[in-house]
Amino acid sequence: MRWISILLGLSGTGAVGFFAVREIIMYPMYFFELFLGGLTRGSIYALIALGYTMVYGIIQLINFAHGEIYMIGAMTALIVATVLGMWGWNTAVIVILAFVFAIVYSCAYGFTVEKIAYKPLRNAPRLSALISAIGMSLFLQNYVMLAQTPDYLPFQSLIPDFQFWEPFAHIITSVEITIIITTVIVMILLGLLIKFTRIGKAMRATAQDKVMAALLGINVNNVISATFVVGSATAAIGGVLIACHVGQINFYIGFLAGLKAFIAAVLGGIGSIPGAVLGSLVLGISESFFTGYFWSEYEDVFAFAILVLILIFRPSGILGRHDTQKV
Amino acid sequence: MNTFLKSLTVGVLSMMMFAAPGFASETIKVANAGALSGDLAPYGISALRGVEMAVEDINEQGGILGKKVELMLGDDVCKPEVAVNVATKLVSDGAQMIVGHVCSGATIAANKIYKDAGIILISSSATNDDLTLTGEHPNFFRTISNDGAQATLMTDFAKNELKVKKVALIHDKGDYGKGQMELAKIAFEHMGGVEIVLFEGVTTGAMDYSAIVSKIKRSGAELVMWGGYHSDASKIIQLLKKKRVDTLFMGADGIYGDNLPNLAGEFAEGVYATGPNDTSSNPMHQALTKEHQEKYGEDPGTFFITGYTCMQALAAAAEKAGTVEYDAMRAAMFDITVDSPMGPIGFDKNGDIIGAGFSVYRVIDGKYQQVN
Repeated sequence: MRWISILLGLSGTGAVGFFAVREIIMYPMYFFELFLGGLTRGSIYALIALGYTMVYGIIQLINFAHGEIYMIGAMTALIVATVLGMWGWNTAVIVILAFVFAIVYSCAYGFTVEKIAYKPLRNAPRLSALISAIGMSLFLQNYVMLAQTPDYLPFQSLIPDFQFWEPFAHIITSVEITIIITTVIVMILLGLLIKFTRIGKAMRATAQDKVMAALLGINVNNVISATFVVGSATAAIGGVLIACHVGQINFYIGFLAGLKAFIAAVLGGIGSIPGAVLGSLVLGISESFFTGYFWSEYEDVFAFAILVLILIFRPSGILGRHDTQKV
Repeated sequence: MNTFLKSLTVGVLSMMMFAAPGFASETIKVANAGALSGDLAPYGISALRGVEMAVEDINEQGGILGKKVELMLGDDVCKPEVAVNVATKLVSDGAQMIVGHVCSGATIAANKIYKDAGIILISSSATNDDLTLTGEHPNFFRTISNDGAQATLMTDFAKNELKVKKVALIHDKGDYGKGQMELAKIAFEHMGGVEIVLFEGVTTGAMDYSAIVSKIKRSGAELVMWGGYHSDASKIIQLLKKKRVDTLFMGADGIYGDNLPNLAGEFAEGVYATGPNDTSSNPMHQALTKEHQEKYGEDPGTFFITGYTCMQALAAAAEKAGTVEYDAMRAAMFDITVDSPMGPIGFDKNGDIIGAGFSVYRVIDGKYQQVN
């Protein structure tokens, strides 16, 4: 009996492998295009997932309001770009100012959310802080909906359609290439920040042992605030970039994006920064391939199925630490 | 004791005062249900304005059966689960007729409540075939043609006017969008000569549609037919253009109106959509449009005229039946001819409108203009 099942398994894998290889060889451009699309999507997930994973690494909190920070980043950029556009400012200046304002605003929101919703609960049971996070997420969504509008708003792309890009534009758009490059730069900067600066060192120390870090003279509260600010900044960049990509935003975009980024962070091993990036890219690319080669109807089902499988076989994620922790 | 008695008297009196309308029933309660908030609110609000204007006109002329019409509102944000709650609330608040809902999915869900309560439901915008053609919704009527008619028009236009050979049918997995694309698929298969190279659903509100856009490109489709609403359509249209995919794009009344051109801007140029027949030469239509412009400072939305007609039809049926009681009202609905802003209309045995239909429009210079 056993060899039958082995034979079946092998022939099954072989058949799938054969069709996969044949498909890739026959349509290499399509494969490449899906890969780049997935890379773009994964980059956005990564920019958001960083915030989840850094905050978790330091205070073991899933910051469910993080998706809303990303949405606020996009909203701020839209408002700034519209106002400056009406004043007739230079496009390059508008792009820079929109990004700067989006980052500053999102950082301010991230900072404030931590002070209001999480700091008072730092020594409370972990579930209390989690519920506070969900409450904050709902609050921010509804606040933006009431203060701005419930409708979708058109978002004029801040990134122009590059002329020199024409021969490749049917494979990857100028916005997509900008997203990928920006994400790489942000990742490198973040890596340098964590590896070589004082605050980076303090973050790593706090992540390892909060009490010991405090004993050695690190101001843990400042470190936590800094973590929220850095996470919010990357989320804001992600928000502005995705708005340029799809050309429209509303108050609700943070929900699904935040959820997917959260999955990506768990996939990679929550608490680990390289893990979050890897998890995001794996999720984005596999979603893209799934849609491209199978059925887009089940794209989300597929994303959650990956999550379940990873959690069954590697409960701490791809690069996660092997200590048991409860959410 | 004395103060207690006084306050008791005041309390009882005020309770009676508030309760009085309920006892006397001097008004006819009509409810308007649909999306009044959320991203589909533009559709719901356009219909509501039509209904409100009709109620004003009817009340000016003495109301229905000599009673004033009182309008109640229900907001379902186009979500079926919310629609059921809204319907339950409206019925328990004593609504005697309902105009709505706006989206097909919400309408199907809510009508379980209205059907059991024996209340006529008339929609200005829900086009799903199941509502009239299955016979499961005997209390349902509508002042817009059904998706079957729309699908026939779309597929005919694609084959005979656009002369495409390959189409991709993409939908948002909802009752309205998926239903419409399934009808289009049947119509194409029935006609022959047009190959369906892709039939897929996408997640509404997803972050990015580039994978499906790549898939459309690979399929070699000359036309993308979209079943769904404008916000997702706008994302797909923009990506198609940005990725230099050389296809035409066509949708149904879910993307008809100013919403899509406003959202997608220059990218919307050249998009086809079917929408209710242009009846703007009708004098009544013109007068209503003018009134709307004066009142709100903008042009009427997609379902303003059909919304107005809904309320007219209810009033006409009640007058004909001489009562608002369900069986008599329902029988009267099939007999009436309403002098509406769309021209004279009536209802067939399924509850579908007679005397109105769809036309094909195309975005030219940022506005939909009729092309067939």
